[in-house]
Amino acid sequence: MSEIATMTPSLWTWMSNPGHFMRWSGKAVPWLTALSLAALAVGLYQTFFVVPADYQQGETVRIMYIHVPAAWLGVFFYGAMSLSAIGTLVWRHPLADVAQRAAAPIGAAFTLVCLVTGSLWGKPMWGTYWVWDARLTSMLVLFLIYCGLIALWRTIEDPNRAARAVAILTLVGAVNLPIIKFSVNWWSTLHQPASILRMGGSTIDPSMLYPLLLMIGAATLGGSTLHLYTMRTEIMRRRVRTLTIREAERLDSGARRIVPAPAAAPLPQAL
Amino acid sequence: MFDLGSHGGFIVAAYAFTALIMCGLVGNALRDRAAQRRALKRFGEDRR
Repeated sequence: MSEIATMTPSLWTWMSNPGHFMRWSGKAVPWLTALSLAALAVGLYQTFFVVPADYQQGETVRIMYIHVPAAWLGVFFYGAMSLSAIGTLVWRHPLADVAQRAAAPIGAAFTLVCLVTGSLWGKPMWGTYWVWDARLTSMLVLFLIYCGLIALWRTIEDPNRAARAVAILTLVGAVNLPIIKFSVNWWSTLHQPASILRMGGSTIDPSMLYPLLLMIGAATLGGSTLHLYTMRTEIMRRRVRTLTIREAERLDSGARRIVPAPAAAPLPQAL
Repeated sequence: MFDLGSHGGFIVAAYAFTALIMCGLVGNALRDRAAQRRALKRFGEDRR
């Protein structure tokens, strides 16, 4: 009995089996998409029709409801990629590399949104689109790391070699995550210090904080759903690759059987 | 429509850019899925 108990795979192991993953994610994605869209609709309604204007920033504070979720997801997806990189290097789990590869473009897109919306918020509030302060620069570095990882995948043809190289580079780039988080504490920056996750609680008024948390939740749900969807596509791409290689091998061996070997040509005579 | 104040252009630009990138991201994911599904069909496999 105890042997059977130890042989039963954990829920995590079961879910991360590629075959099981395709089954449960196929059922979950439509529901998660509907839930994400509903949460986003409520969040946007609150952003534009319920949330008051800020007493200092006026209406421009509404940019915060896309800027902060985008910044969170840029960092969140890189954190997820770092965990996947460990899964690739330590356990060589096939789904770990799939998860990492699917996350990179999504994380890059959210980081770009964070940079551009921050810039559009900065111009009316700070008087400039860009300053080379620690928070802005470290987010730009995150975006460049994402671009570098995507480029590296495309450079190396062998998927196993690419997975290992990308996993190592991802873990090296993870050093940037604490720098992003604590940059506003370690250095004097134009960017404001942490106002949600900080010792002593949030400094944002509840009338703005709860809609912001809703938008963060909606964006996280939507981003994660898209990640599941693109992971499924990545698994399909690898299946196509495997089938293409098998087909090429089959055709190659068939050609060898059908085409008779050429008559032995006379060996060149040694001079 | 409500008044977004004197900096309304920045707010609209920020939301428009976000919408553009998100549409691109989702559109690319859908296009890629359709391409992989077509390729699988050529091998006689059909996945959703």
